[in-house]
Amino acid sequence: MNAPARQAVIEARDLVVGFGDQIVLDRLSIALRRGEILGVVGASGSGKSVLLRTLIGLIPKRAGTISFPGLGLEGAATPDTSAIARRQGILFQQGALFSSLTVRQNIQFPMRENLSLSVTLLDELATVKLEMVGLNARDGDKFPAEISGGMTKRVALARALALDPDVVFLDEPTSGLDPISAGEFDVLIRALQQTLGLTVFMVTHDLDSLHTVCDRIAVLADGKVVADGPMTMMLASEHPWVKSYFRGTRTRNRAKLTGQPWKPAPPMH
Amino acid sequence: MLNSVGHATVRLASDATTFLGMFGELAIAMARIIAHPRRFRLTSAVYHLYRVGWQAVPIMVLITFLIGAIIAQQGIFHFRKFGAEAYVVDMVGILVLREIGVLIVSIMSAGRSGSAYTAELGSMKMREEIDALRTMGFDPVEILILPRIVALICALPILAFLGAMAALYGGGLVAWLYGGMSPGVFVARLREAISVTHFEVGMIKAPFMALAIGIVACSEGLKVKGSAESLGLQTTTSVVKSIFLVIVLDGVFAIFFASIGM
Repeated sequence: MNAPARQAVIEARDLVVGFGDQIVLDRLSIALRRGEILGVVGASGSGKSVLLRTLIGLIPKRAGTISFPGLGLEGAATPDTSAIARRQGILFQQGALFSSLTVRQNIQFPMRENLSLSVTLLDELATVKLEMVGLNARDGDKFPAEISGGMTKRVALARALALDPDVVFLDEPTSGLDPISAGEFDVLIRALQQTLGLTVFMVTHDLDSLHTVCDRIAVLADGKVVADGPMTMMLASEHPWVKSYFRGTRTRNRAKLTGQPWKPAPPMH
Repeated sequence: MLNSVGHATVRLASDATTFLGMFGELAIAMARIIAHPRRFRLTSAVYHLYRVGWQAVPIMVLITFLIGAIIAQQGIFHFRKFGAEAYVVDMVGILVLREIGVLIVSIMSAGRSGSAYTAELGSMKMREEIDALRTMGFDPVEILILPRIVALICALPILAFLGAMAALYGGGLVAWLYGGMSPGVFVARLREAISVTHFEVGMIKAPFMALAIGIVACSEGLKVKGSAESLGLQTTTSVVKSIFLVIVLDGVFAIFFASIGM
C-alpha cells in the first residue's frame, strides 16, 4: 500500500511523554493517514498505550505537537477538545463500558449527550450499531457484567462508532480473546473500516491482526518509532527487536506447524 | 527518622494540593452548572441522595440514639455523686446539638458513604470508564463527582438533625428509666438549658463536613491505579483521612464559634 500521498489525519511531532524521571516517549513522530489501519507494536512497556493515550489527550505531553489536519478543525486557535472527541472513537483494552448502564444505554450514551434525539430514534440507532458489530437487539438489555469478553469488545466498538467518528483508536482489540474470536474481530474491524471509510490506529500484540488487517506497521522501541512501513518492510528489517519479533522463534515455530509463511496464534494474556 | 518526617511532610503537602485541586475542579463544574442548569445530573443526584440520605437513616438514628442514651447514663451516674443530676439535661442537650449529633453522623457518613464513593469511582477508574468519559468529551467531575457531593451536602444536615433528635430522645429515655426524671421535667429543663443557637451551631457545620468528606472520597477514588490492592488502600485512606478532617474541621469550628460568641 502506497500511503505517503494520503493526507495525515493526526500528526504527532517530537512528542515527549514521561512520568517522573522516566521518559517513555522521546521525541517521537508519527502520522496517521486517512483511510489506513496503522498497527503499533512494541515490547511491553515500550509506550504503545502511552502513545495512544497521549494522542487522545488522556496523558499530558511534555513537549512536541499533536495536530489534527484531517479533521477540519484548524479554524480555532486552540482546537476544541470536545469537538475532537466527537470525531474520534476509542476502544479501550477492557472495553471500559459503563457498568451501571445496559449495553444499549452504553451505545446511546455519546449520542444522547451530544445530540438531541428522540427515544425511538436512539433505540433504532442503538439497534443499528449493535447489528453492525454482529450482535442482535436482544443483547442490548444486558449489563456489561453479564456479557462475555468478546461481546464486551464488540459493544465497546459499537459505542466507539456511535457518533460516526472519522478516526478509531483500538487498544489491543484482540487481547483476551480466543483465536477464533480474535480472528472474527479482525475481520469485523476490516469490514467496518472499509464500509465506513474509517481511519484506524491500533495498538496490538497480535501478529495475526498485524498481518490480516494492518496497512502499515509502526514499531516502538526506546521511545521512538524504529520502523514504519508495510509488513514486507518489517520482515526485511534488520533492527534487532523488529527482527526477533517478526522473525522470532515463536513465529518460526508457528510457520513450521501450519506450513504457512507466518500465521502465529495471538499471544496469551 | 528525620527522613520519614520529611517524606510525611511532602505527602501532607501533596494531599493538601489534591484536596484544593478537587475543590477547584468542583467549583468550576458548579459554575458551569449554574450557567447551564439543564446540564446538572438531577437523576444521579437524587439516586445518590436516596443512597447516602434515606438509606442511611436507620443506622444513623440507631447509633445516635445509643450515644445519647450512653451520655445521659454516664452523666447521671457521675453527677449523682454530688447531687447534680439535673444538669445532665444541660450536658446532653448542649453536647448533642453542638457536637455529637453532627460529628457522629459525619464520621458514620465518611465510613458508610465516603467509602462507597471512593470504591465506586476507584473501580470506574480501574475499568477505564473515567478515561472513556473523558475521551468522549465529558468532564468526570461534572458527571460523576458533582452529583455525589451535592447529594452528600443535602443529606448530611438532614441526617445530623435526625441524629440530634434521636440522641436527645435516647438521653431523655435514660433520664426517665435510669435517672427517674419524668419526660415532662426533662423537656422543661431542656427548654431552659439550650437555645436555638446550639442547634444552629450543629447544623451549620453539617454541609461543610459533607463537602470535606465528599472531596476526600472522590479524590481518593480517582487516585486508584490498576490493581485491586490499590482500590482497597485508597478506600481505607479515604475513610481515615475524611474522619481526621471532620474532627479537625470540628475543632476549627469550635474555635470560630467561641470567638464569635455563639
